[in-house]
Amino acid sequence: MNTRNRLIILLAAVVLLGTVAFASVMHAANRAGEHDQAQPGGPSVTSGSVSLQDQGRIIFRNMAWGPYRDDLVSVPVNDPGGPRIASPVRCLRFYSAAGIGVCLRKEVGALQETYFASVLDSRLHTLRDFPVAGIPTRARVAPSGHLAAWTVFVGGDSYAGTNFSTRTSIVDTRTWALTPSLETYKIIKDGKPYHSADANFWGVTFADDGHFYATLATKGQTYLVHGDIAAQTMTTMRTNVECPSLSPDGTRLVFKKRVPGTDPDVPWRLYALDLATMKETPLAETRGVDDQVVWSDDHTVLYGLAGDYGEDLWAVPADGTGSPTRVAVAALNPAFLR
Amino acid sequence: MYLAERGPAAAPASGDVPTSDDVQPGRTDRAAQPGRALRAISGTVFALGTVSFITDISSEMVTAVLPLYLVAGLGLSPLGFGLLDGVYNGVSGLVRLFGGHLADRGRRHKAVAVIGYGLSAVCKPLLLVAGTLPVIGAVLAADRTGKGLRTAPRDAMISLASPPETRGRAFGVHRAMDTGGALLGPLVAFLVLNVAADGYDAVFTVSFCVAVLGVLVLLLFVPGGRAPEAGATEAGATEAGATEEKAPPVTLRSALALLRLPDVRRLTVSATLLGLTTVSDAFVYLMLQHRLGISEHWFPLLPLGTAAAFLLLALPLGVLADKVGRRRVFLGGHLALLLAYGLLLAPLHVGALPFVVLALHGTFYAATDGVLPAAAAGAVPAELRASGLALIGTGQALARFCCSLAFGAAWTAIGDRASLGIAMAGLALCAAWAAYALRGQEAPVSR
Repeated sequence: MNTRNRLIILLAAVVLLGTVAFASVMHAANRAGEHDQAQPGGPSVTSGSVSLQDQGRIIFRNMAWGPYRDDLVSVPVNDPGGPRIASPVRCLRFYSAAGIGVCLRKEVGALQETYFASVLDSRLHTLRDFPVAGIPTRARVAPSGHLAAWTVFVGGDSYAGTNFSTRTSIVDTRTWALTPSLETYKIIKDGKPYHSADANFWGVTFADDGHFYATLATKGQTYLVHGDIAAQTMTTMRTNVECPSLSPDGTRLVFKKRVPGTDPDVPWRLYALDLATMKETPLAETRGVDDQVVWSDDHTVLYGLAGDYGEDLWAVPADGTGSPTRVAVAALNPAFLR
Repeated sequence: MYLAERGPAAAPASGDVPTSDDVQPGRTDRAAQPGRALRAISGTVFALGTVSFITDISSEMVTAVLPLYLVAGLGLSPLGFGLLDGVYNGVSGLVRLFGGHLADRGRRHKAVAVIGYGLSAVCKPLLLVAGTLPVIGAVLAADRTGKGLRTAPRDAMISLASPPETRGRAFGVHRAMDTGGALLGPLVAFLVLNVAADGYDAVFTVSFCVAVLGVLVLLLFVPGGRAPEAGATEAGATEAGATEEKAPPVTLRSALALLRLPDVRRLTVSATLLGLTTVSDAFVYLMLQHRLGISEHWFPLLPLGTAAAFLLLALPLGVLADKVGRRRVFLGGHLALLLAYGLLLAPLHVGALPFVVLALHGTFYAATDGVLPAAAAGAVPAELRASGLALIGTGQALARFCCSLAFGAAWTAIGDRASLGIAMAGLALCAAWAAYALRGQEAPVSR
């Protein structure tokens, strides 16, 4: 084959491949555009004033298509499926307590997407921004509002990188003292100090201003750990506990437990753990859940499950009775304003 | 496209080919200007460089968005996914040996490279339909297998298309183009995501189209058949007694017998020993961050610093290797790494420190990544070229993998500074040994 023919073939291939590539990008762009159009029959959303001190309301990330997609919205506690009031604040993950909010958000740059953890005041203004190293997954605020914690996924950067780890940070919202990674805490496992390069932490839930629960993963096993902020220690309590969430009265944890024989992508079921008796009870939700639940009161937990438009919000009693009910469509990360 | 116009004719006439060690003071000024340095490069090398440039754009597009796709696109928890990483590393080393051997049998370098590049290309659309972690893991493993298969035959083709005295710059050109693609890939990926929010399917489709273009350039513009250029350019070079008699059949035994050649053995042992003390990139970046408290946002940009220095220095150091000897430059690269370790340990707090460390780290890659195969090519007979390059490359890669495991364990047991101190002492010892083992003549030609 002579050079001329080779160039003709190459040119034809460039045109063909270029067309396919261009069409795929346009198709995806159109689809992204559709997400900005409100779906008929979707929840009604109007812009308005949202405050973290609106008692009797729930704030969450609105996932319904339309101009307010991914904005924080508020709804009445007694009508969570009702009309939504949208704030101009957009978050990937959100939580709030005692008038302090934590919003994990992204900024799209030319080189990469960058992520921040923003601590918000009750009017949703940013008090402090913390750059984070990866994709947000969990956010929590202590009942007092004095501490905030977040977890991000950090991806590998090697060729076809498949190494993922988590990074969990805690900040004191009074002094802004930051613990960038819980990896600096001492681990006490089975009564002895424990070191491992592969230790990962996620899913902090605060008991008070000095103590928290979280998940430790090492050597293919997950553990419930009890953290002491003053002593900078984390002590393992039991195995197979992920994303614990402490009840408002501080007596029980609801967590996701890995159950064999389930869908390998979502291999977890919700369980409650009584901290006095250490007795586990499976909740009535029989589907796989990958979320850190939120307690609406001392008896009920809320969690996300994949829906038609992002995640839907479901509720189930925390004692193993009853059955799950859908609370709101296209909603994620509720925070109850008390 | 200019590539096709640069045939093997662009290579120097055979009269230019030295008959002994390529350290020739009288010749050094010939490659003084970059333009002249490039003119000595064969069209095949530019074509292979273009293939790597295009392919790296494609693969780095996927690498850049993969974590985002798994977490944000599929809503998966990717933890524990890294467990298979070690297995992949071992397998891809074996695959590289297999690819090298397969390529030498019947001199099918191009065919094996096409299979390797092709396998990685077809993996991209498979990512579109793979919705679960085990399937995605399998697709990534296949992608890596393709990379393992193609590396040795590609490097063999570069060396066979280049006369011995320009091999350093030939590999330099190739590695610079390769790294350029790797730098561009994430940019293209995030450009697509900027136009189409959540358009991971578009990123994978574009990546596939780019990869297909790479395979096409390989098919159209890299001479294949029974490696015809080898005869053309190597006829003048009587090196390692390779081209004299009719090539004997390539067997697994003859490939292993390469280790009986003193030069191959010395290079393999040196590269492996130095690999054992080469701390993996991730730890260098972590160390930089620990020492200097670099913001979380800058952390993902650290590899770009290394890549930028690698890109800028690959050709100049390749030219230098042709002038003063590849082994010297290869060892010099490890001295740059040693210096980088030293700066990470020194009690200095200068703002420029991260830039200096990253520049040294990139210098290390520019002085070793392409220079090692350039040095190795002089020691391995042409008919076993791919097997020999695979042998040395795999030894180095597996040693680096062992080092990263040991360093990770040491990091948690005795801390980052002590671990790096030990690695630094080890590197100094291994470099001293390698300097002794690799001393004297480069590529002894007529014994």
